[in-house]
Amino acid sequence: MPQVATIAVSILFDGLAYAMFLFITAVGLSVTMGLMNFVNLAHGAFAMAGGYFVVSLTQSYGVDFISSLIIASVLVGLISIRFERRLYRPLYKAGELDQVLLTIGLAFMAIAAFTFFYGPIPKSVPLPQWLQGNVDLGFRAFPRYRAFLIVLGLFLVAVLWYGFERTNIGARIRAAVDNRRMAESVGINVDLLFTVTFAIGSGLAALGGGLAIQLFGLTPYFAVLYLVLFLIVVAVGGLGSLKGTLMAALLLGIVDTAGKYLIAEAGGFFIYVITVIVLLLKPAGFYGRQ
Amino acid sequence: MAGNDISSGPGNAGRAQARHEAAEFLLRRHRFRPAEALPWLIAIAAFFVFPDRMTFGSQVLVMILFAISLDLILGYAGIVTLGHAAFFGVGAYTVGLASARLGWTEPISGLFAAAIMAALAGFISGWFLLRYRGLTLLMLTLATAIMILETGNFRSDITGGYDGMPGLVFQPVLGMFEYDLYGRTNYLYALAVLAVVFFFVRRIVYSPFGQALTGIRENVRRMHAIGSPVHRRLVTVYTIAAAIAGVAGALFTQTNAYVTLTVFDFDTSAKVLVMLILGGTGRLYGAFIGAAVYLILEDHLSKLSPTFWQFGIGILLLVTVLFARRGILGVIEDLGRFRSWKGRIRMVPGRIVWSNVQWKGIGMAAFDGALIGLAVGFAANVGRTNLLWSWFVTEPLSVLAWTAAGAALVAAINIGYLVYAERSATGSTPR
Repeated sequence: MPQVATIAVSILFDGLAYAMFLFITAVGLSVTMGLMNFVNLAHGAFAMAGGYFVVSLTQSYGVDFISSLIIASVLVGLISIRFERRLYRPLYKAGELDQVLLTIGLAFMAIAAFTFFYGPIPKSVPLPQWLQGNVDLGFRAFPRYRAFLIVLGLFLVAVLWYGFERTNIGARIRAAVDNRRMAESVGINVDLLFTVTFAIGSGLAALGGGLAIQLFGLTPYFAVLYLVLFLIVVAVGGLGSLKGTLMAALLLGIVDTAGKYLIAEAGGFFIYVITVIVLLLKPAGFYGRQ
Repeated sequence: MAGNDISSGPGNAGRAQARHEAAEFLLRRHRFRPAEALPWLIAIAAFFVFPDRMTFGSQVLVMILFAISLDLILGYAGIVTLGHAAFFGVGAYTVGLASARLGWTEPISGLFAAAIMAALAGFISGWFLLRYRGLTLLMLTLATAIMILETGNFRSDITGGYDGMPGLVFQPVLGMFEYDLYGRTNYLYALAVLAVVFFFVRRIVYSPFGQALTGIRENVRRMHAIGSPVHRRLVTVYTIAAAIAGVAGALFTQTNAYVTLTVFDFDTSAKVLVMLILGGTGRLYGAFIGAAVYLILEDHLSKLSPTFWQFGIGILLLVTVLFARRGILGVIEDLGRFRSWKGRIRMVPGRIVWSNVQWKGIGMAAFDGALIGLAVGFAANVGRTNLLWSWFVTEPLSVLAWTAAGAALVAAINIGYLVYAERSATGSTPR
């Protein structure tokens, strides 16, 4: 019996850490997709770029891990504004096929460019002392890094929740997700709002990318490898819903971890089963608008 | 359709006349044009001109077939899918498993078996999935393909997993034509299958059923309103397309004599989509041009460097989506319309009204140009410096030069464009 409890705790802990990574990376995608119905398959590329900026900052310039996470997020957020204005904007009114093709093209270009600069070998990042080793919580020891990820994730959930539900800009975003035309006619500048959310979302993706280096290692294929997972989190949670994205990230993160612990050969089979079931029953996801 | 379904309207004679005209119109569309012989002539010529590249040639033919099946659902019915590789894979594995595990090595019956299995998969998944649209449909098709992939990976004792099933053996085609070392038999076999399937697809596309599909693509609500059984039609065409993709997959396995789980990958779905878009959707021959151009480019460029090739696909996609949405075939059609070049295009510079110029737009373009210049300069210098980012610190002048060059170039292009755009905007020819 204690064995079962140990495994259950491990699954819950690792699943939670994984879910937080998924949430941080996918939440921007969810909000931008909810706002503009834009299928952005280059989101993973922004995460990958963030990861590589962190690698360069820590290894070439000797910036410490936490600062380089912040710098990389801001940098990617700023760069993404130009992409949004120049390349994404002309395709808001186009069908999802055009959007898929454009952003997949961008993702391919990003993979090729980062392979050219960094090579295909997985990169790692030097962690500060206080993130290494285990932390003892009395009954069990847990890896510190994952504990840090969970704490950071929960903190970001709180910040985003506050920003989304309690600030003026959050109210505008929610209004625009609910009914774009109405929001525009009451004087909300949805274009500007979208640029801002896009930049924040890409910045968060870059943060997720930086955090993921320690978990999975970083290769240029990060841009598409985890993209399907981000999209699934967004689709299952419902477009533009913070709560939905969190729920979906938790569900998929924990189920995927449990699947890998218990039936390793099945790989990612379970999350796809869950995805199909959820989407067949609720095509717009948990909290999406039908 | 019943003869008396229009109670009011033109008289009997007028109705018969209208019906006759409609039938004439469909027949005219269906009639073969001389240009349609071109791809087939090229395919046969290739057999004699490149006798040692026939293995590659068979791959092109297989991908053309696969792209045609996607064109049927994407180009005609407007179903956007990211999981079309599922049916290709089902077909490939039907033949592979039949040969390796059951000893069923007859190729033609293998094609039929693959078509039936893939059609079954297409019917079942289509019945459930085609109720949805947009992102949900994208995700569902994607997840379905990955689920099949993971199932195959789970039972790698049967499927061989990612190592696949190498060294499959097949009987000679029709019991007569032995496989040779250079894949010539394979090429002709694939060409024959492609021809048969293509003329089947061509019939579908120009039939009333094909017209209904185009109607669904253009305006679903209207098709619902005039009483067209939309879901049934979509499932039907999805099943047919799945069967054809299955045949393409079976041909892939037979001509390569091996198959691995990578056929189910997202990469496969994305690749065929890129080919089709590159050639042009909804115009039958787009699949031919797209698959051929893509594979020939890939063959040459990936020898040079796989990284450059990947960058190249990205740029191809970007350019296609932004500037040539109807693909290579669409560009060719447009060029064909320019009967007289002299009469159409007159690049006469105008006079810029500087007070009308939007400096902010040019400034932003220059900013983007600066970023591009920076990236290109970084790429050009990355080999010389031992630390990846040290170029920025050690040679600030070079950094500045690249940035300025990029900005100046793009700004100049923008202003140069204005010179011409200004003329067409005012509509007057300068003196």
